[in-house]
Amino acid sequence: MKFRTPLARVRGLGSARAGTHHWWMQRLTAIALVPLSIWFVASLISVVSADHATVIAWLHSPLVAILCCALIVATFYHGQLGVQVVLEDYVHSEWLKLTSIVLMQLLSLLLAAICLFAVLSIAFRS
Amino acid sequence: MEKTQRPLSPHLQIYRPQLTSVLSVTHRGTGIALVVGTLVLVYWLLAAASGAEAYGSAQQLLGSWLGRIVLLGFSFALFYHLCNGIRHLFWDAGLGFELKTTYASGSAVVIVSIAMTVLAWVLAYAMRGGT
Repeated sequence: MKFRTPLARVRGLGSARAGTHHWWMQRLTAIALVPLSIWFVASLISVVSADHATVIAWLHSPLVAILCCALIVATFYHGQLGVQVVLEDYVHSEWLKLTSIVLMQLLSLLLAAICLFAVLSIAFRS
Repeated sequence: MEKTQRPLSPHLQIYRPQLTSVLSVTHRGTGIALVVGTLVLVYWLLAAASGAEAYGSAQQLLGSWLGRIVLLGFSFALFYHLCNGIRHLFWDAGLGFELKTTYASGSAVVIVSIAMTVLAWVLAYAMRGGT
């Protein structure tokens, strides 16, 4: 029994032609999310029970808005990479796997766009 | 393409659950839960952007008993995934693979993530003034 994939198929970027890109981006977004998520939760603790004006004032600060945008991008990128692996592991029909991954990635993009729009619309409010 | 005859690993229920395997499954489980939980973030941010009235009803919904239970689960999932994710990053750097170390770091992840969840909620309630 041959266990190894032929060398010709793994040369260069491997059979998926993506190399370590998925793995690398998952780690990169994970590292970014360590300080970002701790900062976000700590901020929420002090902001979440306050009134609307306090939340608006908080998101109006450029630093907060920028960090929120970074958090949103890293979160949805990281989540999308993770769910892709789960779908690849458990969905066995080839077309259903591809369809579900594409739909999930498009949905992640849409949700990230909604979050960014919400943050920016508050940040740029005069 | 012909199917390569590779050996398959036994199904999961064959194994006796161990701390390491349970934490591994929980990492994936909390990851999926957090992805679903991003909908709460979307809702909260949209409500804040929409105005005081929408934000008020979002606060009411998230502050209800059901909302608080969801947020409690969300916060634990986040802290767990964060702590165990850091454990994974150490593994990626090639550190902490000894059996004793994996069990010690696994226990630490459970303790720290529970402690962080409790701390976050105690602080949140203290900020609210106990309600």
